[in-house]
Amino acid sequence: MEDKFFNASIYDAQAKEYAQNCRTDHMQYLPDMEIIDSDLLERVTAARNNCQWQQYTIMEVKRALAKGKRSIEDFKALLSPAALECLEEIAAAAQRERKRYFGNSVNIFTPLYLANYCENYCVYCGFNCHNKIQRAKLTNEQMEQEMQTIASTGMQEILLLTGESRKMSDIEYIGAACRMAAKYFKVVGLEIYPVNSDEYRYLHRCGADYVTVFQETYNSVKYEQLHLAGHKRIFPYRFYAQERALRGGMRGVGFAALLGLDDFRSDALATGLHAYLLQRKYPHAEISISCPRLRPIINNDKIEPLDVHERQLLQIVCAYRLFLPFAAIVVSSRECARVRDNLMLLAANKISAGVSTGIGSHGKEHLGDEQFEIADTRSLQEIHADLQERGLQPVMAEYVYV
Amino acid sequence: MQEDFWELGGRKFSSRFILGSGKYSLKLIKAAVEEAGAEMVTLALRRANGGQLDNILDYIPENVVLLPNTSGARNAEEAVRIARMARELCRTDFIKIEVIKDSRYLLPDNYETIKATKILAQEGFVVMPYMYPDLQAAREMCAAGAACIMPLGAPIGSNKGLATKEFIQLLIDEIDLPVIVDAGIGRPSQACEAMEMGAAAVMLNTAIATAGDIPLMAAAFKAAVIAGRQAYLAGLGAVCDTARASSPLTGFLHD
Repeated sequence: MEDKFFNASIYDAQAKEYAQNCRTDHMQYLPDMEIIDSDLLERVTAARNNCQWQQYTIMEVKRALAKGKRSIEDFKALLSPAALECLEEIAAAAQRERKRYFGNSVNIFTPLYLANYCENYCVYCGFNCHNKIQRAKLTNEQMEQEMQTIASTGMQEILLLTGESRKMSDIEYIGAACRMAAKYFKVVGLEIYPVNSDEYRYLHRCGADYVTVFQETYNSVKYEQLHLAGHKRIFPYRFYAQERALRGGMRGVGFAALLGLDDFRSDALATGLHAYLLQRKYPHAEISISCPRLRPIINNDKIEPLDVHERQLLQIVCAYRLFLPFAAIVVSSRECARVRDNLMLLAANKISAGVSTGIGSHGKEHLGDEQFEIADTRSLQEIHADLQERGLQPVMAEYVYV
Repeated sequence: MQEDFWELGGRKFSSRFILGSGKYSLKLIKAAVEEAGAEMVTLALRRANGGQLDNILDYIPENVVLLPNTSGARNAEEAVRIARMARELCRTDFIKIEVIKDSRYLLPDNYETIKATKILAQEGFVVMPYMYPDLQAAREMCAAGAACIMPLGAPIGSNKGLATKEFIQLLIDEIDLPVIVDAGIGRPSQACEAMEMGAAAVMLNTAIATAGDIPLMAAAFKAAVIAGRQAYLAGLGAVCDTARASSPLTGFLHD
């Protein structure tokens, strides 16, 4: 069957050739992977597969907008093609919810890339193990220097990232980074390869309290075609990462689909449902959703997010806000300053600043290459000033580790 | 009329409007103090703890009592730890206990709140527990040493008003501590109603923070709280279903 959502910009010759080779079963857990008793994957997949986007009309969209509390059906209507025609009204409704739940505050954080070694072959990602880039991993000393530099700007929340290599960035290494980060920052989050719940518990004790895992796409068939090798290939293990993190004692979890890999409406629906169902199961969990679109990478500057234009991005972000008004919504530096600042005013409430996706980039020495090209290079001071100019209140941290 | 004070933790307050935490800005605090006459302002320790580029504490005038809360606590133990940190950081014995383990509705956990109240009251805190209006829980909070009780009118930030009115009235009638209606008040008329019922004070934030004109809304709340309090002191007339002339049957009597 023809793939209506095939994104040709992602595949280079090497990926095409590799994809022809024998591929392992991506639904089969590997021996070291914890299996938890949960039915969320079946529920999210069923909802994603059964959604008929064309059945929603402007009438359903307006009904959803008029409600105080929106159902899953309302969420679908807001994500439907029909809803694009009422984007202005959707934005107005999203802004009301944003204001009601978060006032004018915007939370600020910065990512720190600890290492870019990776054992996965995700064809769209700059860190993939076949991409010829400069690899590096921060030593403890370099890590401390990077953290000192970042902390000196006034930053209070840090997101620690690694490429997905257990061998090069093992749990003890990440744990040491968490302990160090807890000295310099009030809030420590993680975006690393998925691990078992006992390992999340260990990292929580080291000072981390938030775990973000992007599912990339919730279409398991497409997922298999994009993640050709490595642990990441195991679709259900990745899907249950947030649930394992909560069982390991983490306070909050983040979700995202990488928009442009597959049908973005279905992936946005699945992302929202994944977050919604998990919060219902673990009511104390703090929920956060990111809205990344595909970006160019080193050795492939042609990558683009296909039909996810700015209008569609705004529609998705607003639909997330209207369905999950209490969730944090992050817009990363994949988007330009104009888009980010306007999204903060309308629906999102969390932004990164002073971003570099390379290794060692906050110090004098560039040690390793970037994961993707960023579109907003503003420093913390610049973003702080720009937000204030728009009447928004930057918040550096709102948290206490207990 | 005699001056109308109320007391808490050995301090006298004439204002019966308390600013809640949540949506913070310089403009809001200024309006709450100058226009609404707030003498007590809540501050989430997790926000004060943040080391912001703009320190929110700098915005709060010295004569205003700072009320730290334990927002972020999911059980009694966490609330106690946050309260102890708050005492250090804010140099006050006042503490509002919030124990919440529901990120969607932000409803308080009375059971854990009672446990935290007991521990903190023994440590000399002026404990102000945020609670779901349940008479039994309120009695236990009293017995545990609470300085007041703070039942919710409706979920935090919802602006839905006094959805729990009947139960708040029971607390006001039965509990011998100040009852401060906290959360849910969305309009000045609802603040007025809470005061008419006999509440000692009201706490709110979102209704003012999200108003089109923040100072004007703060002034409106001040007037409403005063009107409600005066009506309570004056004694409200009884409600009846039909019109009633002053003495329809006995008006002919002369001596």
